[in-house]
Amino acid sequence: MFDFKSAAQREKGRFLLRAWVAAAIVLVAFSLLGMRLWVLQVEEHEGLLQRADRNRTAVVPIAPRRGEIVDRNGEVLARNYLSYTLDVVPAEVDSIDRLLQELSKVVTLSPSSIRLFKRRVADSGRYNEVMLRNDLTDLEGAFFAAQAFRFPGVKLKARWVRQYPQGAVAAHVVGYVGRISEADLQVLDGQGELGNYRGTDIIGKQGVERAWEQTLHGTTGIESVEVTARGEPMRTLHRIDPEPGSDLVLSLDMRLQRIAEATFVGKRGALVAIDPQNGQILAYVSQPSFDPNLFVGGIDHESWRELNESEDVPLLNRPLLGTYPIGSTYKPFVALAALELGKRDAKTRIYDPGYFEMGNQRFRNAGSAAYGHVDMHKSLVVSSDTYYYSLAPEIGIDALHGFMKPFGFGQQTGIDLKGERTGVLPSTDWKRRAFRKPEQQRWFGGETVSAVIGQGYNAFTIMQLAQATSVLANGGRYYRPHLVMAAKDRHGNTRRIESLEPEHVIDIKPEHIKVVHDALIDVTKKGTARRAFAGAAYTAAGKTGTAQLFNLKGTKYRRDDVDERLRDHALFMGFAPAENPTIALAVLVENGGWGSETAAPIARTVMDAWLLQTEPDAVVTAP
Amino acid sequence: MISLFNAIMRVFKAIDWPLMLMLILLSSIGLLIMHSAVGGTDWRYADQSRYFVYALIVMWGVALLPPGWLAKLSPAAYALGLVLLVGVEFFGETSKGATRWLDLGFVRLQPSELMKIALPMALAWYFQKRDGKIAWYDFVVVMIAILVPFVLIVKQPDLGTALLVMLSGFFVMYFAGLSFKLLVPVAMAGVIGIGSVITYQDVLCAPETDWVVLHEYQKGRVCTLLDPTRDPLGKGFHTIQSTIAVGSGGFYGRGYMNGTQAQLDFIPERTTDFIFAVFAEEFGLFGAVSLLFLFMLLIARGLYIATKAKETYGRLLAGSLSMIVFIYVFVNVGMVIGILPVVGVPLPLFSYGGTALLTMAVALGLLMGISGEQSLKTKRNGKSG
Repeated sequence: MFDFKSAAQREKGRFLLRAWVAAAIVLVAFSLLGMRLWVLQVEEHEGLLQRADRNRTAVVPIAPRRGEIVDRNGEVLARNYLSYTLDVVPAEVDSIDRLLQELSKVVTLSPSSIRLFKRRVADSGRYNEVMLRNDLTDLEGAFFAAQAFRFPGVKLKARWVRQYPQGAVAAHVVGYVGRISEADLQVLDGQGELGNYRGTDIIGKQGVERAWEQTLHGTTGIESVEVTARGEPMRTLHRIDPEPGSDLVLSLDMRLQRIAEATFVGKRGALVAIDPQNGQILAYVSQPSFDPNLFVGGIDHESWRELNESEDVPLLNRPLLGTYPIGSTYKPFVALAALELGKRDAKTRIYDPGYFEMGNQRFRNAGSAAYGHVDMHKSLVVSSDTYYYSLAPEIGIDALHGFMKPFGFGQQTGIDLKGERTGVLPSTDWKRRAFRKPEQQRWFGGETVSAVIGQGYNAFTIMQLAQATSVLANGGRYYRPHLVMAAKDRHGNTRRIESLEPEHVIDIKPEHIKVVHDALIDVTKKGTARRAFAGAAYTAAGKTGTAQLFNLKGTKYRRDDVDERLRDHALFMGFAPAENPTIALAVLVENGGWGSETAAPIARTVMDAWLLQTEPDAVVTAP
Repeated sequence: MISLFNAIMRVFKAIDWPLMLMLILLSSIGLLIMHSAVGGTDWRYADQSRYFVYALIVMWGVALLPPGWLAKLSPAAYALGLVLLVGVEFFGETSKGATRWLDLGFVRLQPSELMKIALPMALAWYFQKRDGKIAWYDFVVVMIAILVPFVLIVKQPDLGTALLVMLSGFFVMYFAGLSFKLLVPVAMAGVIGIGSVITYQDVLCAPETDWVVLHEYQKGRVCTLLDPTRDPLGKGFHTIQSTIAVGSGGFYGRGYMNGTQAQLDFIPERTTDFIFAVFAEEFGLFGAVSLLFLFMLLIARGLYIATKAKETYGRLLAGSLSMIVFIYVFVNVGMVIGILPVVGVPLPLFSYGGTALLTMAVALGLLMGISGEQSLKTKRNGKSG
């Protein structure tokens, strides 16, 4: 043996000491646990055993009733009704299959509800109540009640169920509720709201239901109930009442909304109408729509497939999520930019031969029309592309970007719904960030030429166009667009939620505004929208647009030659009465062709309905 | 022939029988109580049984790897762990507001779990490299090696796991010889800090008090621990119900599958974090203390293996892993019986879940490997000497 009292040996000795110290710490810590166990299991045993027996004094959460949603006139969009349901506690049932067999002689049990029930049983604890059947008729309820003694473990209960009396009308605004998913639970946990959702099994999934979930939900109550060893409630010991969710008052006008939606029959598209004096949204159309009632109790497979796979994408919230080039409806803003930035005098005339040349590229007018000498006023009335093409090099893309941003183009408008798309308001900086390859990052002058007529990289939501129109209509004040005006609590106290102060005011010279307003009035009097607005009892201002989807490579556009889904989008933006606007709107008809033919008439109908209270013939009514 | 004989010997020598015995005992009790927690056989019970078989295979596999080879691999494992953690930062999957997972296509990986093992391995390797000549700056280097993954995991955010990872590194430092002069004051400060929080809880937990360093939810956790009744349906619910369960068990327990708290669904998460409550309710103080004793034997065996290890690497790694098992058991049981805040730490070999079991299997496999290598060497030395 060698004497290795070396560094390694010393290290080993030191380690041994440390291992002993560690062991001592383990021992102390475990003794601490043991002591606590002693306290709980010996000293406090009696009391805690009693509590366990009373536990049994179950703390039962009482879910609050969800707030209702009404329009500005009190018309109901979402409410709750009492539904009788049959719940089963699997642990108290000997054979589920035998139970289902016997029970189906008393009440109707569809194969799909049985399937759903079995899945839920597999997912939850044996002592939890699992819903078997909802919406029992009074007769079924009576039948069951008479024979309830034959079915231990099956309970007849009354539950609040969400209902959307307007059906598909305004479905994209209201949204819908659905069963709380695992993902929802995780979000709630992150917000520290999990406790408040004990006992609640639905949550807002879309629209106002989702964005205003916290206001609508309310506060869960607590009831201490004595239960038997089998879990049956005996008597209430203590109760804190739930606080029902607040009702929400929307700025939407359902009469206007129905009329607006009726104008879209057989079409796909979007419309947003805003009160330019305060940012209240008056109508919000996304067509085609869907029936939110389908989602309440969990949507069935067939309906989901039908909605989800439809070529018309009825589930898409178009005003918020669809981004489009907005075509000529962009021109009024570009004209205003030219005036404000001092790039063009309103009186200056340029010659429009039907095209504009830059470098060796030729940019044509839509329809290749030549308008001759054109000033700003005429450029908007006849919608001369060439006039705007010529502005492109003068303004430049970055100055245009800077001017458009405060109007809300390419920005989230701040509407009180979730998931709003930003879209694209191009600039040299944007292009640098959007593309990877250096050669793609450079901005070309020709791209500005496309941008000024609302084509090219521009991609805005109809929400943004409506909002920008509203800002233009009121002379530059940006009110945050919103749907919810007020919340009413259960005591009937109404709390105003909306802010009626502008978020910011764009500094624009009134005379410049006037130039654009005057031109837009003439658009509806003698310009591209004259037919749609013939004989209007008020002064309307607006601009039609056609957004090119499909580049036909210089051939003349004839819409019947093109597949319906590849046709241009028809657009209209406008406001009325022009002197003191109370409605500003943007309309998009997907593949609708010319804006003057499809989009402008819709705007006319909606404006008439709002300003003159007219009632057009064909209006969809609530089912 | 001799190499074949050696190979066969290795396979058996790779098993540390005392450790194996405790492991089999603990996991059998674990499965038994899982059976009760789910109220008979169901998929979770079947899953857990299957996980145990996988875990055994993994453990054995790890035990067979030569520690020398493992030591060389350690820095690479640490580096890989860091890369994956940074990957989480950029490509991670988010749920519950936290980004912790990396989807590699074939498997969903939680790199912070890997770090729990990789960090002590790397630190043990480092100290082995320094070969007993340890200076103060070594601890600075090691501190940095601990803090980098710590910060990355805190950012996910997952404070619980970050603290566990930090502790696993800290234990290596401790066993490597971090001065007691430094340790004792830090420990004292900790005790005084916790003591004052308990003393001034009314002020600290008032809603208008804003805790500068901690998130609102973390304040909630601590305050709920101090007074579970402040949130009876939310976070406090767990603690109230689990202490009732444990207490109602009494000395001998209410009998297997007879705990009303467990069987009537009053214990939340009773197959995962709160499974000890089910056990303590049904087997009482007698069972609970016996179980703690078994865990203590497991930890003691780990520390023993550490003291017998030939190389610094095995010594530090075995010491750290044993102490991490201790922390798991202590924190989990402490949380169930209401003396520690509710944090998501599973009870080793008991809580439902494949990932936790896998981490545990790797740790035990490493312990066995260290133990096995040591005895083989002794034998060889014995022959030649």
